[in-house]
Amino acid sequence: MAETGDGKKEDADYKRLQSFPLIRHTDMAEEMRVETMELCVTACEKFASNNENAAKMIKESMDKKFGSSWHVVIGEGFGFEVTHEVKNLLYMFFGGSLAVCVWKCS
Amino acid sequence: MSVPHKVGTVKSKQATNVKAPVAKVVKAAGKKKDEEEATDTAEGEEWMPGKTLVKPPDQLDLTEEELNEEITRVLTANNPNAPQNVVRYGFKEGCYKPIIFVDQMAIHFELEGNLVHKESDEGRRLMAKQAEREEGTGAEKLDNVAKAGEKERKLTNQFNFNERASQTLNNPPRDISCQTEPPPRANFSATANQWEIYDFYVEELKRREKSKEKQEGQVLNKEEDKSKKKIIQAETQSDDITQLAHAAKIIERMVNQNIFDEVAQDFMYFEDAADEFRGEKGTLLPLWKLQYDKAKGLSVTALCWNPKYNDLFAVGLGSYEFTQEERGMLLFYTLKNSSYPEFIFNTTSGVMCVDIHEQLSYLVAVGLHDGCVAVYNLKKKSDQPVYNSTASSGKHRGAVMQVKWQKDDLDSNHNFISVSADGRVVSWTLVKHELVFTDIIKLPATDKVPDDLKDVIATAGTSLDFHKQKDHHFLVATEAGKIHKGSKYYSSKFLETYDAHFMTVSRVRWNPFHPNVFISCGWDWMVKIWDQTIKSPIFTFELKTSVTDVAWAPYSSTIFAAITNDGKVHVFDLSINKYEALCQQKVVSKKTRLLHIEFNPVNPIIIVGDDRGHVISLKLSPNLRKKPKEKKGQELPKGPEVEIAKMEQLLSSLR
Repeated sequence: MAETGDGKKEDADYKRLQSFPLIRHTDMAEEMRVETMELCVTACEKFASNNENAAKMIKESMDKKFGSSWHVVIGEGFGFEVTHEVKNLLYMFFGGSLAVCVWKCS
Repeated sequence: MSVPHKVGTVKSKQATNVKAPVAKVVKAAGKKKDEEEATDTAEGEEWMPGKTLVKPPDQLDLTEEELNEEITRVLTANNPNAPQNVVRYGFKEGCYKPIIFVDQMAIHFELEGNLVHKESDEGRRLMAKQAEREEGTGAEKLDNVAKAGEKERKLTNQFNFNERASQTLNNPPRDISCQTEPPPRANFSATANQWEIYDFYVEELKRREKSKEKQEGQVLNKEEDKSKKKIIQAETQSDDITQLAHAAKIIERMVNQNIFDEVAQDFMYFEDAADEFRGEKGTLLPLWKLQYDKAKGLSVTALCWNPKYNDLFAVGLGSYEFTQEERGMLLFYTLKNSSYPEFIFNTTSGVMCVDIHEQLSYLVAVGLHDGCVAVYNLKKKSDQPVYNSTASSGKHRGAVMQVKWQKDDLDSNHNFISVSADGRVVSWTLVKHELVFTDIIKLPATDKVPDDLKDVIATAGTSLDFHKQKDHHFLVATEAGKIHKGSKYYSSKFLETYDAHFMTVSRVRWNPFHPNVFISCGWDWMVKIWDQTIKSPIFTFELKTSVTDVAWAPYSSTIFAAITNDGKVHVFDLSINKYEALCQQKVVSKKTRLLHIEFNPVNPIIIVGDDRGHVISLKLSPNLRKKPKEKKGQELPKGPEVEIAKMEQLLSSLR
């Protein structure tokens, strides 16, 4: 755009302003999806600095609520290929830079 | 232990005893002397006061001699209370004998002691026990056990105790294992990068902006979505209820069958044995009576059996009176459930006629009192007809008296033909969502109507029937008593006209087998059978009141049934009796008029509709269902040819 440096900063600010949780891909049922999304948002906000703890929290809560066994990956840059049980996958973005992938596979 | 008394006698000198009182007396007497002696003896002694003698008042006064007398007293050990004169009966002598020795022992006191003699058995036992106790206190338990054992052994021996044991059969264990299907899995792959995240967010924002614009413009969409969601939810809820409905339907039918079990048995198996003895006559056995509460006040105006399902039939309800309120119903009953109709359709005006399509048994054509025709689709669960004719699409101006389905036309559209009180015979075609009408022919006016009014005053058509083989030929009957034979291809003129009855012809029907024969009935009390080639009727029957309906039997070309206003059903078989009915039976109570009759195409039952909205089913007795007798050795050819031949025989006999 105008100045790349400022542009990037603006973009970054812009991103952060639009840091609402955004579901990228899911095949969950409506209720389950909403619940999981809220759980992820809570966890990420709580452990904003520590992805591991956030993931831990999400995984344990999901295990309790929906049965074992869930897998959670939180990060800013990763690629993945997973096998998941049908109707038990959620891949969402949060905070403008965080990606959360939650899936169930026992 | 008592000390034995020794009996002994103690003889004591009475003298002493005597002497005592004597002594006393003596002393008493002597006291005086003694006094004297005392005084004498005591002369030396000091003077003693004289002893005065006191005599008891009841003492015997005895003389000295008597006093000196010696009386012997004997002390014996005899029991003074023991009897002294016991007498026992001696059997030897045969007489009573006195017993000399009487037991003199009188026990005054008894006390049981607890001393045992050392040498006796018990004494020895007790001593042994004591010794054992003294020997060892530690060995007491063993002793006790030993004693107990001894005792027990003694007991078992005593009661001859037996032990037996047995083992019941244990079911053999069995291993059953099962493997559930694992939940389905799928693969998913993606990359989470900063630029991917950014791109996705930007896209999302764009989407949201667009949707906002749409939102402002179309708020309704959301509401529709909401209502759709509600419908979906309701449907998912009703899925449970619909599942229940199926089960409930089966249970309802079972309950009905149980209640009307005898009727069902009669329907299937009852053959009136008395028919053998009745000669030619037959009877009608009433089976189910079907009625619907909300149909009260309506008359049965049409009956039609379903060609595919032999227990299902349609009942059209309406009213023949013009003054009565305009409402009508189309009900479908099944014989499997005689208490409630299977399908109920409410119509705005009275139903006058019903016809079910031969191949597509879910298509039902209905003609209404206000001139409309409608087509219902039973597969669709709606209360409304699929097609309906309105004023614009050429509906009749009078009540539609008869509708009949035709074969699909060249464009394979379904069509049916109706005749109504406005004198028009109209063909209706179901084109997509509409009914398209085509006038086929207009009934010619009666002679009584003056020429200039012929176009205006219509002759009402009352019945319509199509030939079974030659589809384009049809018969239409009028209120004026005429029957017209027409063809679908000729729209201007009729092929033939028959002067049938003096009053309204209520029904005209082709014979199901013979191509030339048809039957008609009218309010002039007549039932007439015609050969279409002959202008005058072949058979005429007069039934005492106006005949409301007549129907051929589907299994024989010579059997037909007619119903009259007085509630009677008349069944005729021309091959057996050409002049009289085989059965004339009243099937309803007084004042109820029978209006329609239909034979079931398969089973030997007929249904009759009356003016109270009730439908009664009746079973034909064997005499009414007779097939011609088989000659021995000859195999009877079966089929419609036989029936035609039968009829032909009859006709030829009359010519």
